[in-house]
Amino acid sequence: MRFIAGECGWPPAGAGAPLEGRGASAAPGITPVPGVSGPGGAVAGAGAAVQGLCGVSADIVNADKMSGRSRKYKIIFSPQKFYACEMVLEEEGVFGDVTCDEWSFYLLPLDEDIISMELPEFFRDYFLEGDHRWINPVARALQLLNSLYGPFGKSYGIGRCAKMSYELWRDLEEESDTEGQGRKPEIGHVFLMDRDTDYVTALCSQVVYEGLVDDTFRIKCGSVDFGPDVTSSDKSIKVLLNSQDKVFSQIRNEHFSSVFGFLSQKSRNLQAQYDRRRGMDIKQMKDFVSQELKGLKQEHRLLSLHIGACESIMKKKTKQDFQETIKAEHSLLEGFDIRESTSFIEEHIDRQVSPVESLRLMCLLSITENGLVPKDYRSLKTQYLQSYGPEHLLTFHNLKRIGLLTEQAAGETLTAVESKVSKLVTDRAAGKITDAFNSLARKSNFRAISKKLGLIPRLDGEYDLKMPRDMAYVFGGAYVPLSCKIIEQVLERRGWQGLEEVVRLLNGNEFCVSDSAVEDNPAWECQRVILAVFLGGCTFSEIAALRFLGKERGCKFIFLTTAITNSARMMEAMIEAKA
Amino acid sequence: QTGYTEPWLELYSMEWGLREDLRDCVVAAAPYGGPIALLRNSRRDKTPSARPLLEIYSASGLLLASVPWKSGQLVHLGWTAGEDLLCIQEDGTVLVYNLFCEFKRHFSMGNEVLQNHVLEAQVFHTEFGTGVAILTGALRFSLATNIDDLKLRRLPEVPGLQKPPPCWTVLAQDRVTMVLLAMGQELFLLDNTSCSVLVRHFGNLGWACAVSAVTTVPWGEKFCEFNTGIRSPPKQMVWCTRPRSRQRAVVLAWERQLMVVGNSSESIRFVLDEDSYLVPELDGVRILSRSSHEFLHEIPEASQEIFRIASMAPGALLLEAQKEYEKESQKADEYLREIREQQLLPEAVGQCIEAAGYEHEPDTQKSLLRAASFGKCFLDKFPPEGFVRMCQDLRVLNAIRDYQIGIPLTFTQYKQLTIEVLLDRLVLRRLYPLAIRICEFLRLPEMQGVSRILAHWACYKVQQKDKSDEEVAQAINQKLGDTAGISYSDIATRAYDCGRAELAIKLLEYEPRSGEQVPLLLKMKRSKLALGKAIESGDTDLVYTVVLHLKNELNRGSFFMTLQNQPVALSLYRQFCRHQERETLKDLYNQDDNHQELGNLHVLGGYCQRRIEGRVAALQNALDEFYKAKNDFAAKATEEQIKLLRLQRHLQEELDKPYLDLSLHDTVATLILDGHHKRAEQLYRDFRIPDKRYWWLKINALATRGDWEEMEKFSKSKKSPIGYLPFVEVAVKHHNRYEAKKYAPRVPPEQRVKAFVLVGDLEQAAEAAIERKNEAEMSLVLSRCSPGTDGALAERLNRARAQLLKK
Repeated sequence: MRFIAGECGWPPAGAGAPLEGRGASAAPGITPVPGVSGPGGAVAGAGAAVQGLCGVSADIVNADKMSGRSRKYKIIFSPQKFYACEMVLEEEGVFGDVTCDEWSFYLLPLDEDIISMELPEFFRDYFLEGDHRWINPVARALQLLNSLYGPFGKSYGIGRCAKMSYELWRDLEEESDTEGQGRKPEIGHVFLMDRDTDYVTALCSQVVYEGLVDDTFRIKCGSVDFGPDVTSSDKSIKVLLNSQDKVFSQIRNEHFSSVFGFLSQKSRNLQAQYDRRRGMDIKQMKDFVSQELKGLKQEHRLLSLHIGACESIMKKKTKQDFQETIKAEHSLLEGFDIRESTSFIEEHIDRQVSPVESLRLMCLLSITENGLVPKDYRSLKTQYLQSYGPEHLLTFHNLKRIGLLTEQAAGETLTAVESKVSKLVTDRAAGKITDAFNSLARKSNFRAISKKLGLIPRLDGEYDLKMPRDMAYVFGGAYVPLSCKIIEQVLERRGWQGLEEVVRLLNGNEFCVSDSAVEDNPAWECQRVILAVFLGGCTFSEIAALRFLGKERGCKFIFLTTAITNSARMMEAMIEAKA
Repeated sequence: QTGYTEPWLELYSMEWGLREDLRDCVVAAAPYGGPIALLRNSRRDKTPSARPLLEIYSASGLLLASVPWKSGQLVHLGWTAGEDLLCIQEDGTVLVYNLFCEFKRHFSMGNEVLQNHVLEAQVFHTEFGTGVAILTGALRFSLATNIDDLKLRRLPEVPGLQKPPPCWTVLAQDRVTMVLLAMGQELFLLDNTSCSVLVRHFGNLGWACAVSAVTTVPWGEKFCEFNTGIRSPPKQMVWCTRPRSRQRAVVLAWERQLMVVGNSSESIRFVLDEDSYLVPELDGVRILSRSSHEFLHEIPEASQEIFRIASMAPGALLLEAQKEYEKESQKADEYLREIREQQLLPEAVGQCIEAAGYEHEPDTQKSLLRAASFGKCFLDKFPPEGFVRMCQDLRVLNAIRDYQIGIPLTFTQYKQLTIEVLLDRLVLRRLYPLAIRICEFLRLPEMQGVSRILAHWACYKVQQKDKSDEEVAQAINQKLGDTAGISYSDIATRAYDCGRAELAIKLLEYEPRSGEQVPLLLKMKRSKLALGKAIESGDTDLVYTVVLHLKNELNRGSFFMTLQNQPVALSLYRQFCRHQERETLKDLYNQDDNHQELGNLHVLGGYCQRRIEGRVAALQNALDEFYKAKNDFAAKATEEQIKLLRLQRHLQEELDKPYLDLSLHDTVATLILDGHHKRAEQLYRDFRIPDKRYWWLKINALATRGDWEEMEKFSKSKKSPIGYLPFVEVAVKHHNRYEAKKYAPRVPPEQRVKAFVLVGDLEQAAEAAIERKNEAEMSLVLSRCSPGTDGALAERLNRARAQLLKK
């Protein structure tokens, strides 16, 4: 029996690209060793880290057939089997050779407050291709959470996908047996948000520790591979990053500038604890060795790893003029010195610093400025193509379609008529039938929203990053993440009242529904628990910001995201790879 | 006294107006008070012109349906567990009819039977379902254990069998089905492989062959032997279980005589007024005749105790007490005290409740229940459930035993059958209102109760051809409304199966789950409607199903047109095509003149081409499309790319080095790296590379090459558009401080400090910083000073800074 595991989706243009996120690490018990024969010619596991599984597995089967091997094949689809996959298998003529199973795997808890659906392709499939296939899994995930934790008291959301997911989930609830009913609710609020509500935050360089680690080393399924430059040995070490890690849990949400200080303090403490050995008698020593030493050693190991990681980050970041990039980013967010930032980006491209980084800065410029001036739009793109290759012509097309990199047209403001139209299409059926490319040419209106919500804190004096006063600390005190601000505002107002203008600028599709079955009892503990659902991915910076907000307000945020994302992942999802 | 200890219970007086004797008809009655099938004028009447009539009656003798028998010679009738009628013909064909004489299907007991004919047949029930066994003219047995999953088995030959055995029966035990038959003086057991003698010298008559289907009697052991003293064989012989003693008796019927034989030497004989037919039941035997329908059973213990003459059982006393109480006599107290003194009141109440269950007369039931209720008053904490349940059960039983309904279930049978099956049987008889009322009365959950029955009703309703689609749909919706658990699509499917497509569509409109509507709509070839519903359901799989269906159903043109109106489906299909059928995607874009996407496709296709020629051709196509799409930028970019590709080919041929796949930047950089400065210059001009880029590119390449001489020459060629700091940076990056130092002085003052710091000349850096009176720069330099070697310098800087701050 040959197992082929992986997730269903389409083969990317270059089929066989290694799959990020899900795959081997998310599938315990399936070893990603292609073609390892077990007893009796059976294959224990194969090609777990393969996306576009159907096409690829068909190739595997056909290759085996060609070489005259006959085996049994089993494909496990996760989270669900798509009809289209069967079709592909059928067209490839291997349908009869394989048996299929579904692994209804919707939720992967990455940490005590983060649940990931590990669907990194959600972002491209939905927002770029207008493919609705992942809405069903999201609705099912909500249903699952609902059945586990009782009914949600109040549901808020913004974005078309959020709305559709919510409605589909409600439909599923209605259809299913009412088993979950009558359970004591454990989650008071749920907030669904489309990624396209706030691209800006996701595009910013991250400066909280966990975000930086993700940007620098790529955290996959809650674990990271620290290479030799971090471990200061010749091996890489795989480290699980979650609240179990005593050192990490204390620094993950901190601004990077505070991390070194903390780590050195920590190492001094550790030393002090080691030092207590001196002057111990035999019995104390025995206790020390049996009880504390192991913990200390463990902590010591983690501490040295994180210090190594910090050093490595520092080295990389200073090399790429990190400070200057951050500075440019901040002026983009504030809307100052646009000319200068544009030249900075141009130089960035000219020097071929990094294709993904250059693209990110261009997008950030476009999205904060509601599109680029036609002249810059053309010249930056031309420069980019010259630097990084002409195939990015398609990348630009994608970015334009999704609204990340656009050209300003004359008289760009959302007129009253337009907003009326957008109101009309919020009607459910119409919303589904009218254009599937919901993001097509939508405007970001970032500047206006930023002003309305006060996203750029006015600086009076130095921002103390060690003692943050608001969520802006996750971006060095320069910017309050929009997504988090919306959540904060809506929770505070228990609805969208007073945010009409912001909603209009965000292109509507907001909703706020109370479950009449769950009484609005402020005394209940569940009122303090909020499930934040990010459709299209969320960043560690946003998680840190909401954790901070939770601490301030005495509530707890649980995160459900289609995947953990960052600027690089978003850009890569848009880049049209060479075949 | 109403003492009632008769084992005969008249269920109904039959008013089926039967003129013939029962023995002249083929009769079959289903157990559990089931219907009676009757074929008059059977074999004995050989006039071929006369069409016999197949009739089905309820147990009370009401005609449910009848149909003239047009098929072949009937050998045997039998009922399945699901109350379907099996008509076994001489040629081995088995016809299946429902309760209303509606033909359902037929199957055959094998080709071999065609010639040999079926002599005898039996219908039997096993754990697998209903089976049929036949004895053919060749004296061979064949059987099928489950008619719903037909597997014919031909049993081995019985050695020495010359004529049909006087009696035989089918046994099912331990998942094996066997035939037991009597021949001569011996009893044989016939299984799949062999025929073995079970008992030799089986008495002298050789016809007695009632066989225990239950394993209380050990195999092959004689259960009892009884001499009836009658020479002729009995017409019928059935088991009769005695619930009280858990023992069995055999009931034998002759033309005018009935005999009950147990395992003692005694027997009970009854005289029959008419020719009768026996129907074995779980707890007794039903006896059918032309005029009456009776039930012969052993009196249950509770009834016996209470109604036995002069009984002093607690239940009997309680019944008395209650009667006296109603007469306002003090005897009530005496009776009651008598029970209570023995502390038997709970037993008395229990007995009355139980006995009520066995009564068929509502009045007797009531008086027993009244007695129980009366007794209960004198008891603390007597659990009420038993009493309540019994009242409910009796109401249900009385309702179904009614003459009009005609299902004479006893309490024991009812409990064995379960309420769910009973409801199914009511539905089978199309007694929907009664079934619903029972569900409501028993407060059954909607899904199992009312909804299910309404759904059945609706499925029946759609078959009524005399009403218009509109009427039927409305009637159904009015009744069903939004009742939970109703699947309108199931009902619609039924309507469609009955050939009422319009009605099906109307019914589908009521289906709230759009996904459920899709399969039927597809089946009905309403694919476009199905597409809309699939999209509404939010299930992309469903959309794919419909799209693929449409693709096969429509021609390409109208298929595309349909998709154009459904963006969700369109984008799904595009996704599919992008990975499976690129050519189709091109057609799709062509259809709606999407030249931009067509151009993109060509570009994408171009990158699959390994050869430059192929790629140029693809890009040329893309170029055309981009022009049509009026995308000047893309067109120009593509044009440039074509130019570059051609140039790269030229370079490849000339320099014998791969240039394909390099960006313009990388092409120029590679040229410089290889020292082809002239060519690089040419490209710089041809492609109008911005100065800044060219300078960055060139100094980086030169530094990588280590061509410092050329770099210096280049730096002096004209004023640098990127300043001179990059020169310093690049040199430092390549660890050449000596070269870096050359450029530091040319850096403009505002960057000079940084430049000197970079090259490591702190002295000069300090000087520049002090000169510019810039505190930040001074700090920068200070931070680089190491206390050991640069002490003096640090001091100087500190002083200057202090001075600056003082001002």
